[in-house]
Order: sequence, then C-alpha cells, then structure tokens
Amino acid sequence: MTEHAYLIVLLPLFSFLTIVFALRWKEQVSAVFSVGMIATSLIMSIMVLIETLGHQGDYYAAAFSIVELGAFKLQLGMLIDPLTAMMLVVVTSIGTCVEIYSIGYMKDDPRFSRFFAYLSLFLFSMLGLVISDNFFMTFIFWELVGLTSYLLIGFWFEKKSAADACKKAFLTTRVGDLGFIVGLLMIMYYCGTFNYAEVFTMIGAGAVPSGIVTILAIGVFCGAVGKSAQFPLHAWLPDAMEGPTPVSAIVHSATMVAAGVYLVARTMSIFIASAEASMVVAVIGIATSLMAATIALVQVDIKRILAYSTISQLGYMIMALGLYGVDTANGHHSPGFYAGTFHLMTHAFFKSLLFMGAGSVIHAVHTNDIMEMGGLWKKMKYTAPVFLIGSLSIAGFPLTSGFFSKDEIVATTFGHPVFTVLTLLIAFMTAFYMWRLCFLTFFGEPRVAHRYEHAHESPNTMTYPLFFLAFMAIFAGWTGIPALKHGFASFVAHGEGYVPHADWVNYIVSSIVGLSGIGLAYLMYIKKSISADKIAEKFKPLYNLFWNKWYFDEIYQAAIIDPIMTFGRWMWTFDGKIIDGAVNGMATLTMWWADVKMWIDKWIIDGAVNGAGFIVRMAGSVLKYLQTGRMQFYLILSMILVIVMILLKFEIAHINIEWPSMTVIFIIAVLALSIASRFVSEDANQESENEK
Amino acid sequence: MVAYLSVAAVLFSLGLFGVLTRRNIIGILMSLELMFNAVNINLVAFNKFVWPGELTGQLFSLFIIVVAAAEAVVGLAIVLLLYRNWQDITNDNINVLKW
Amino acid sequence: MILSSLIFIPIIGMIIVMLLPKEKEDLIRYTAVGISIIPMLVSFWLTYDYFVNFSGSAAMAYMEGPFSWIPSLNVNYHLGVDGISVPMLALTGLLTTISLIASFSIKFRIKEYSAFFLLLEAGMMGVFVALDFFLFYVFWEIMLVPMYFLIGVWGGPRKEYAAIKFFLYTLFGSIFMLVAILIMYFTSDPHTLNMLELIEHGGTLSYTLQMVCFIFFFIAFAIKVPVWPFHTWLPDAHVQAPTAVSVILAAVLLKMGTYAMLRINWPMFPDALHSLSFWIALLGVIGIIYGALVSLAQKDLKKLVAYSSVSHMGYCMLALAAYSSTTAMAGVMFQMISHGLITGALFLMVGVLYDRAHTREIAAFGGLGAKLPVYTALMLMFSMAALGLPGMSGFVAEFMIFVGAFSQLNQYLVGISVLGVVLGAAYMLRMFQNVFLGEFNMAKWGHLTDINGRELLMVVPLAVLTLAVGIYPKPLTDLMSATLENLVQIMSR
Repeated sequence: MTEHAYLIVLLPLFSFLTIVFALRWKEQVSAVFSVGMIATSLIMSIMVLIETLGHQGDYYAAAFSIVELGAFKLQLGMLIDPLTAMMLVVVTSIGTCVEIYSIGYMKDDPRFSRFFAYLSLFLFSMLGLVISDNFFMTFIFWELVGLTSYLLIGFWFEKKSAADACKKAFLTTRVGDLGFIVGLLMIMYYCGTFNYAEVFTMIGAGAVPSGIVTILAIGVFCGAVGKSAQFPLHAWLPDAMEGPTPVSAIVHSATMVAAGVYLVARTMSIFIASAEASMVVAVIGIATSLMAATIALVQVDIKRILAYSTISQLGYMIMALGLYGVDTANGHHSPGFYAGTFHLMTHAFFKSLLFMGAGSVIHAVHTNDIMEMGGLWKKMKYTAPVFLIGSLSIAGFPLTSGFFSKDEIVATTFGHPVFTVLTLLIAFMTAFYMWRLCFLTFFGEPRVAHRYEHAHESPNTMTYPLFFLAFMAIFAGWTGIPALKHGFASFVAHGEGYVPHADWVNYIVSSIVGLSGIGLAYLMYIKKSISADKIAEKFKPLYNLFWNKWYFDEIYQAAIIDPIMTFGRWMWTFDGKIIDGAVNGMATLTMWWADVKMWIDKWIIDGAVNGAGFIVRMAGSVLKYLQTGRMQFYLILSMILVIVMILLKFEIAHINIEWPSMTVIFIIAVLALSIASRFVSEDANQESENEK
Repeated sequence: MVAYLSVAAVLFSLGLFGVLTRRNIIGILMSLELMFNAVNINLVAFNKFVWPGELTGQLFSLFIIVVAAAEAVVGLAIVLLLYRNWQDITNDNINVLKW
Repeated sequence: MILSSLIFIPIIGMIIVMLLPKEKEDLIRYTAVGISIIPMLVSFWLTYDYFVNFSGSAAMAYMEGPFSWIPSLNVNYHLGVDGISVPMLALTGLLTTISLIASFSIKFRIKEYSAFFLLLEAGMMGVFVALDFFLFYVFWEIMLVPMYFLIGVWGGPRKEYAAIKFFLYTLFGSIFMLVAILIMYFTSDPHTLNMLELIEHGGTLSYTLQMVCFIFFFIAFAIKVPVWPFHTWLPDAHVQAPTAVSVILAAVLLKMGTYAMLRINWPMFPDALHSLSFWIALLGVIGIIYGALVSLAQKDLKKLVAYSSVSHMGYCMLALAAYSSTTAMAGVMFQMISHGLITGALFLMVGVLYDRAHTREIAAFGGLGAKLPVYTALMLMFSMAALGLPGMSGFVAEFMIFVGAFSQLNQYLVGISVLGVVLGAAYMLRMFQNVFLGEFNMAKWGHLTDINGRELLMVVPLAVLTLAVGIYPKPLTDLMSATLENLVQIMSR
C-alpha cells in the first residue's frame, strides 16, 4: 500500500475536479461523492500507518522531476515515515468527519456543492503537504493550502468581514512565506538540492556554515510562523473564523494551521544544527501561547475564543519543538519532538471536536456571542456532553488525550525554569477560559430568551462525527501512556529510541493546575462567588489590552498597511508627475526646440534663400538689357568675343590685362553696347514706322 | 594653300558682313550659306595639304553640306511661318524675345 | 520555408482581407481568424518538431539563407530558430488568434483593423526568427506602424496621445539600436550584419566600445520591455488600446525586449554585461517593487494589470542580470511565457467585463462572484497565477528566477525582490476583493451576464496552458535547456 500512497493525495483532487466539472448542480451527489473519496483515503491512510508500524526505520521514498536543468532539479516525491503516516491518518479522519458534518451544517446553502469542492481541494493540498519529500513540493502545497484557506474563509464572500478576513489571511501568511522563500533559496544555494534527506545529511555533516544554518532555519520557521499563526503573524487566525464553522474545524485548527508545526517537526534536523534558531522558535512559541491565552480569557465570541486557544496550543507545540532543538543541540535528551507532534495529533482531534461542537451550538442559536447563550445543556443532549469532553481534554483533565500530550510538553520544559512556569500558567489559563466558555454556554440560566427558545439539537450528520471525535479526544492520547511504553513516542521519535520523561510528579502537578483552572471558572461563572466584572474593573488597563487583542490589528494597520498604501499612492503620483512628467517634459522640450528651429528656418535659412533670389532679381534687372531681341546684336557680341580671344591667344595685341578685371571690362562694354543698341533699335523702329 | 585660304577668308568675310547687315532674313540665310562654304573650302584645303592621305576633311565638308541643307529647310520653314503671322520678314521688327 | 511561411502567411492574409468587400464584416472577421490559425498551427507543429528533433543541441534549426538581399551592404535574408525563439513563436501564434477572436467586439473599420493585425503578426514572427540585423530591424520597426494605428484609431478616449507616445518612445529607442547596429557593422571585418557572426565579433571589441553598444542596445530593448524608468508609455498604451491590442502588447510585444536582450544584447557584449550586471538587477528589483506598489494604488482594472506587467517584467530583468545561471535564464523564459499567458488572459478578462459594464473602475463593482460564477472562477485562477501561486506557470518562473538570481547576484537585493511576492498578492487580492467579493449591487449590475462561449474559447486555452506549464514544466525546460546552457556559456565567456 505504501508505494501507492500518492493515491491518498490524488483522490480528493479527483473529487474536486469531478464536482467542479460534472456534479456542480447535483448537490447531494457531490457531497456523497467527496465523502466517499476522502473515506477511501482514510482507509488507505490507515493501511499505510499499519504498514509503517510494521517496518520500523525503513521508510519509503520516491520522486520524479518536473524541472531538470543540469544540476538544478525540481521534484515531486513522497516520503512515508511515521510522522507522515500519523499526519495522513489525522488529516483524513478529521477530513471525513468534517465532510459528513458539513452535509448537515451547509444544508440550504446556495453554494453547497462548491463547498465540498473546496474542501476536497483543501484536503488534496494538505495531504500533498504532508506526503512531500522535499522543500519545493512542500512549498507548492504550502501555498495551495493558503489558496484553499482563502477560498474557504471567503466562502460567504457577500459579508464584508469575510471578504476582508480571507484577504488578510492570505497576505499575512504570505509575509511569513517571504522568510520561507529566502530559506529555500539559501537551501538551494548551499546544498544544491531540496530533498529533505539530502539537505539534512549535508547540514548534519556540517557542510553548511553554522551562521548560515541559523538564518536558514529561521527563514523556514518564518513560514511556519505565518501558517501556524504565531506571533507576530497571528492576527489573521481569529478573523479567519468568518468562514463556515466546519472550515474552522479542519483548516484553522486541526490541520492547516498545524502545518507550521509539522514543517518544523519535519525539518527538525536543521533546527538541531542551530541552538540559536531553536531558541528563537521556543521563545516565539511561548510568547505566542501566553499572549493568545490572555486574549482568550476575555473574549465573548465562541469561535474567537477557540481560535485564540488554537493559537495558544500551537505556540505550545512550537515551543516544545524549539526546546527539543535547543536541548539536542546542547547534547541533552529531550522529549520535545514527540511532545510537539503528539500534542499536534491530540490537539487536532479535540480542537476539531470543539469547533464542530461550537458549530452545532451556533447552528442552534444563530449567534456567536456566549453572553447570549446559557443553559443549553437541556436543549442539546448530544452536543453538550461531547463539547465538555473536548473541553476536559484541552484543559488537561486526567486521562484525556490533552492530559497526556500536555504533560509531555511540560516535561520538555524541565531544565528551562522560565518556560516551565509560563507553560503551567498557560495551562491554567487554558483550563479557565475553556471552562468559562462551557459554563457560560451550557449551564446557568438562559440569558437571552428568544435564542434559547429556538435552540434545537443538530441533525445526525452533524452529531455522529462529534461522537467519533469525542472518542478520539479521550483515547488518541492513550497511545502515549506509560503503560504502552510510550508507544507514540517510540514510534514517531525520529529513530532515536525512547527517552524517559513525564513522571508521576509531572502528572500530578499538571492535573492540579488544570483542575484549579476549571475550579476558578466554576467559582466565577456558576457559583458567582468571585465577580468577573470586579476583576475586570480592578485590572482595567490589562483587561482593555486583552479585550483589544493587544492592539495588534490597529498597530499593523497604522504601522504597515497604511504606510504601504500611502507609499503606493506616492509612487503612483511620482510615476505620473516625475517619470511620466520627464517623458512629457521631453516632448514639451522637443516642441519648444521645434519652435526655435522654426524661427531660425523662417528668418535665417529661408532668409538666405530669399536673399539669393533678391540678388538674382537685382542682377536680372541690370542684365536684362543684354536681351535686345536682335539676332545680329548677339552675333556681333560673339564675334567681338571671338576676336578678343584670338587676340589674347596669339598675344597679338600684347595686352597685359588680368582675367578678372578683363571680364568686368568686357561685361561693362557689353552692357554699354547693348544700351546703346537699344536706342539705336528704337531709332530704327521709329524710322521704319516713319517709312510706313 | 594660301590661295585656298584667302578665297575662303574672303568668302567668309562676305558671309559675315551679309549676316550682320542684311535685314531680310532670307538674305541672312543666304549669307550663312556663304560662310558654310568658306568653312568647307578650308576643311578640304587643310585635308589636302596637311594630311594628304586621309579623307576626314572631305567627309566633314559633306556632313556640313547635308546639315546646311537641313538647316536651310528649317530656317526657310520658320521664315514662312513668320511671314504668315506678321506678313513681314524684316528681322528688326521681329523682336518679341526682347525683354 | 517553414519560417518564411510564418512571416508571409499573415502578409498574404492581410492582402486577402484587404480585397474583401468592406460591408461583409463577419466574413472579414472569420477570414482573419481563419488565416491566423494557419501560422498558429505551423508554430505549434514547429514547437513539437523542434522538441522531438532539435532540442538536444544548441545550434540554430530550420535555417533559411543566408540569401543575399542587398549585396553591396552584405544584407542577407537569414532566418533560424533555437530553443528560446520557438516558444515565443508558439506564443505569438496562439495569442494572435485569440486576440482576433477577442476582436469580434470591434465595431467599425473591421477590414483595416484585421489587416493591421495580420501585419502586426508578420512583424512579430519576423523579429523572433530573424538572424540578420537588417532584417531584425525592419521587422522591429514594421510592428510599430500597425500598432500605432490600432491604438490610435480603435482606442479609448485618449488614444491619440497614447499612440503617439508609444510610437515615439519606441522609435526613440530604435535609434539607439540603429546606431549600435552600425557600430557593430563597421567594426566587423568583413562588414557583416549576421547576428551569429557578430556575437563572436562583439566579444573582441574594446571595453569602451562594448559598453557603448551594450547601453545603446539596452536602451532600445529596455523601452520595449519596459524596464523602470522607461515604463510610462505602457499604462497609457494599455489603457487606451482595445482589448485585443492590449493582449498582444502585453503578451508578445513586451517579450520582444527581453527576447532581444537574450538573443543580441547579452551574448554580444560579455565584458559590459559582467560589469553592469548589478545595475541591471537593481533596475529589475526597483521595477518589481515599484510596479507592485503603484498597482496597489490603481483605481482602473486595466491600469492595475498594466502596472503589474511592470512588476512582472522586473522579475525578468532580475533574472537576466544573473547571466551565469542556467536556472535564471530558464526563469526568464518561463516568466516571458507565463506573463504572456497570464497577463494576456487578464486583459481578455478585463475586456469581457468592460464589454458588459462599460466601466473598468474597480470601486464601481463589488460582489460579482454571486452573479458571474464562471467568470469569477476564471478571474480567480488568473489572479492567483499572476501572484505566483504554485501549480501555475507564474510560480515556476518566479521560483526559478529567485533560485537563479540568488546563486549569482547580491543576495540582499534578491531578498528585497522577494517582497514583490507579498505586494503582488496584495494588489491582486485587493482587486479581487473589491470587484468580486462583498455585497452585490443588484440594481446596478443585475443585467450582467456570465462569460459566453466565444469568450470561453479565448481564455480557456490560456488557462489550460498556464496550468500545464505550472504543473509539469519539464517539456518546456527540456526544449530550452541545451540552448540556454550554450547561451550561458557565451555570456559568461
């Protein structure tokens, strides 16, 4: 099966193409078709996973070139190792759930088929990203998931907020991709290949200067920052909640945003080679996590709380991977790698569960504002329990998935006290805000009556996937429990074997932290023994800071977007006024020069021509007297000339007159003769007239 | 040689005088013919005495006779036309080319 | 014969069109399209045949001549193609036919229009096959005439200004080219205008002379590309020209500049190239960023696409500066082809919308996605292709350009140029959002209809090619690689 793993990727693409070109108008058929395709992919993924479990360390890789120019090759290929196999199953299983769920959720939407086409395209891109064996192919699918995310966020594009959000998401992730591209360029430049295995071998062997590795790793990490919504590029993810809820469940919590984490995990060898880069990764991770958690504390939009929670959890994973890099680079053992990937898997299940539960709630009450909900436990017999299971899992309640994976992360931070403290603090906040959400939504009294009245349980297509995910939210983490000898860890651990980690102390501490968070939420929102409003009043500046999401949107608008737009307009003005002005100025100058030329032409050149004409006319008025009209006069003239020439020739006359003056004398003589002859002829005329 | 040339010179001078002084165009034409003939005599004489073996001079004079005949035809035709237009062939009165 | 036929079939076609009666407008339209299909098919066959038989070697194929034309000046009729001209020929053939189909919306003086268009095609084909400088120059200038009239007669409100600006600007550049050609001619011994021989000869010139010739040629070609800061004729010409002419202008005419650089300017003066490479790259990067920023501020759809051309051609310049990298050169070729396909398609799409709405103002629209789904899907595809989304030709091109440029040029400069990727996404998405997303104004745009069959016929081939080149570029790289490697060797000598 493993050698045909590419089919897992291609089936959703086939589904996309079929829906777009053939099934566009047959809504139910297209939905069923795409579910069928992704379900087949799921089955095949499970088969691949089983096969991969079978042969440890013997991974499958294959590739073919799409560009070959001498040494420069661009290839598409697949690499099946435990990490890939695990991600394939996660993506396809959640994908199947989401597609089934969407049949109910998207019912009555005018673009029902299109939604399934987009989802299929997304799954294709995501699976391609997972299966890729080189940086180039990863980047291709990296961008394609960006496109599908754009399409899905903007699915209800009539809403201005959705249209804004999809653009923001695409552009923000693209900013991260800048770093990614630079990283890729450096990889190509220093390694001459994009293939993961070859690049890792070269970097591992020290073929690339360490300073370069740091820059290169940070470049690649930039891509992850954008895609996984890490600080400072996290601002798009909450806005991305404008998309339909199933989209939030799969794209913006479970899979695509986890792609950044996956990328860091996949390229861990680069980070291992640079402790500095790994430290950057870890710090960014913890900072993001902390910031997002604080924001989530005070929000009231159910999906946005979940979105900030997602950012926070992704920060967790990134931090774990970063610390793993730091520790490994310094020669220590660390459970960070599988802590990160483990949490990636468990988080995918419980977070998509939470989102789809939230979608079910929204479907029921038609609002996102938790302040308008309350007491829904009675109305939603299925949704409420599974949602609570998800919340328990994310809060780290003992024996749920989240409990085990979070413990691994906490265990990773041992040796870095600051990180440990912050990690526990975040865990506490997570438990608190998740349960604040639960208590406000499902318990207490209904706060807005008409919302409560109309609330109803969702159809089966929506609830059944929730059951499956709830099951996974509890038991997916059991693959990593000590009793199984940390099965997940030894499976995915990069062939490094098993390292002792989270112990009982660890478990107890984090249980206490999680439970106390839940307890505080209980006290504040059910018992109301502590007033939330009073606390908000007391820490007003802090509350405002969190409520306004640390003012990131405003800062970016003022510091980046507005300046760029203004600069663009300046440039346009510059283009019109200066550059084009120079061109037009050249034209004006040419026209002016032409005017000057025209003046010269008129008065000097033409003047010279006219002057020549004038001189000729003057000469003519004198010389005209030669034209007597009498033949014999001409003959006499020529005879005289001949005689003179003869005289000169034979020097008979010994006249020594120079030629020029002689010519003048000759002309004068001729003129005199002609004038004389004129009178003569006039006399003759008179005579002849007289005769007549 | 001198005798031939002298006759030719006399003949030429007569022609020249005639051309310059006659007022009747036909007279002028006749005088022109005289000058042609003077030239012909010269050519034949020079040929005879300077390059005795050759016929260039004779040839040329034959040419001139032919051209002179043609020229006389053209000239007389013009005269005829002049007469038709002006009823006059006195060259003094035909001065339309005067400025 | 086959190359000559590419030039002369359109000319014969032009004569046929001119002999047709003026009143039968549809007949003229179909005849023109029909005639243009022949060179298109010939160019396709040529591409295929070249790929099969000649792509392994860098030598000129299908050589015709040199046949003596003006013996006293040693001017010859001399044609030939290699791996960089063959794709251009196919592009020209395809886009001329598509543009003629798009020209069905022209309503007056159709006969003259079609005739000019075919003449234009002959000129374009000629430039890509000429191996003699004299011939090259003739074809280069021949194109200006129909282009001038096509813009000046059938254009928008400020057509005269745009046409004259285009004509004079290009002619201004041509003068420099002419001077440089003459320098080359008179310094060679025996005097020759054969480009292939002059490429050998150019390298032996003194440094100063090389610089002079290089810069002269560069000015001529840079105006055509257009390289910042010689670009201002472009937005005017594009905005005023009718749709089909914009398409040809963007898709083929701009490519002549880069093609000529690759064919003439670069290999002929290696020393000058080596010392100017940084400055060329700098111009390229300025073009990328500047074009993208200005696009961001545009209010007119067509102007936006026009300025995006400035940005995209900036990538070409950046890659051209990296003369020692085959990857960069392949990137140039890919960028030329993909820009031809994508920008051509974008202009067509804008024209489709303009025919219906009679405005191109971005702010006037909104939410069209709801009313025109197929049109929106296509526009989305081309916008994504233009911003360099993987799976489309633009991405392959940009990626190869970055890789190639990074390997040779100043790496900070290349790093800055990567910013163009984000800015490109920004202006494209801004446009897309304002036109297609958001609230749909039913009262104002309720009458708009979706794209029709004829219009699909002209954009779908471009869409398919964009995808094909983007997904599997190997045939195209194989077609060009031998030529490019040879070229790189010549340029780095």
